[in-house]
Amino acid sequence: MNQDILVKAIDVTKNYGHFRALDKVGLEVARGEVSCIIGPSGSGKSTLLRCINLLERMDGGAIWVNDELIGYRRDGNNLHEISDAEISRQRRRIGMVFQRFNLFPHKTALENIIEGPVQVLGEAVNEARERAMALLERVGLADKANHYPSELSGGQQQRVAIARAMGMRPDLILFDEPTSALDPELVSEVLDVMRNLAASGMTMIVVTHELGFARNVANTVTFMEAGKVVETGLASEVLSAPRSARTAEFIKAVHS
Amino acid sequence: MTTASLTSSMSSTAETKYEIAHLRLVPKRHVGRMVAAAAVLVLLAALVRAFSVGQIEWSYVRDFLFAPAILDGLANTLLMTVAAMCLGIVLGVIVAIMRISGNPVLSSIAIGYVWIFRGAPALLQLMLWFNLALIFPTLGIPGLFEMRTVDVMTPFVAAVLGLGISQGAYTSEVVRSGLLSVDSGQYEAARTIGMTQMLMLRRIVLPQAMRVMVPPIGNEVIGMVKLTSLASVIQYSEILHNAQIIYFANTRVLELLLVASFWYLAVVSVLSIGQHYIERYFGRGSKSIRSSI
Repeated sequence: MNQDILVKAIDVTKNYGHFRALDKVGLEVARGEVSCIIGPSGSGKSTLLRCINLLERMDGGAIWVNDELIGYRRDGNNLHEISDAEISRQRRRIGMVFQRFNLFPHKTALENIIEGPVQVLGEAVNEARERAMALLERVGLADKANHYPSELSGGQQQRVAIARAMGMRPDLILFDEPTSALDPELVSEVLDVMRNLAASGMTMIVVTHELGFARNVANTVTFMEAGKVVETGLASEVLSAPRSARTAEFIKAVHS
Repeated sequence: MTTASLTSSMSSTAETKYEIAHLRLVPKRHVGRMVAAAAVLVLLAALVRAFSVGQIEWSYVRDFLFAPAILDGLANTLLMTVAAMCLGIVLGVIVAIMRISGNPVLSSIAIGYVWIFRGAPALLQLMLWFNLALIFPTLGIPGLFEMRTVDVMTPFVAAVLGLGISQGAYTSEVVRSGLLSVDSGQYEAARTIGMTQMLMLRRIVLPQAMRVMVPPIGNEVIGMVKLTSLASVIQYSEILHNAQIIYFANTRVLELLLVASFWYLAVVSVLSIGQHYIERYFGRGSKSIRSSI
């Protein structure tokens, strides 16, 4: 990892009451890299992802994206919580794709994509529409531009959701188990789109159970369990020759 | 009986027993339903007869239906409905957002507002506003401006305040249930594209909440049309008040009440049709609504 680091997390800690969801978790993702986070459910993978774009506020540690401290402003020895407007500004650069798609049901596929660029970035509607059409083309859904989410299959909805994230021209996109809510036969169309996105140089952090995708597309893989990082390294090494017995056990269990 | 004869007799009855596809179906008679329908029709006929032989001068009903005083009253009723409902909805949205905001002071005030203004009869609230001058002879900011309360608290203003503020207490609960009906994933998706709180509410949350809110708010608008009749008590010249003024003069009480009720029914009918179209608009993108059209 000698390229420039886009995401750097140090000692991220998150508690829910007495339950420690994240325990001093660290993560580094280089620009243009695909980083997969794997692990059993409840291991804190999604929580870590949600701390990066401030959907969850962490209780300790720090995260930088593009060399900018997330959620805080440093002033001497103090860390000040930033304003809501500042948080919104930081989130614009960080796309997110959800397990349950979360498309806006009252807006068509095209309207879903232009909503952010027009309302948040202040782009002209015509320009935004043109760009949105190009994005829909890219995810293979140009013919569905005027369909509402309820008229699309799960796989199609998730592809629109990816296009929506791309519409904001983010520095990185977070994927929170993007294929877990899909029927098995719809998984590959979404993974194909993600593979193309990775090939185009987008920085991606992907929480997933798709070890095949991790093996073929990811540069690095991080295995988490019980709120801790157990093992992290190059995808080929972690998945094929894990150092930790726990990682090996998990990979074997997922494959069988 | 031997085992052999037993099986043969069973198989022969089984063959005829299952050959019934050609038989005629005789529907069952709903005797109870017929009796109930007959009884209700008899009662209805008796009611119609009672009205026709009752001492109603239908010519008065016809003549006053479009009388200028009645139409003026109708216009005032509609104006009051719109004004009070607008105030109610604006207050309802603000109070609902205060209620679900994380701010404990704002949310306590919201709870208190609903508690007080839902806890007193609307008629009483109207009279409180109308008689405000008894305790506050003047209104204003000392040194800046001041005016006499009786000049400000006209019947119209008192009625808008009384009806609108009490309506706001009910509407805030409708808005709140609408906001709660929007999936948390929608809030998260709006945040991840960098929306601020206000933009998220305006563009993403409220339009979806509207789908849930429109039927009960439609219900409340219809309720408000009729609730405005309370304003007759404080001399606001809405339709019931004007009908009363006429029947005080000509003593045709029931005829004029029928005129007023005709107009209430007409307005409510038009509103019900309008509600259907508003529901369809806010239901766009939703499967259940589309499949039922």
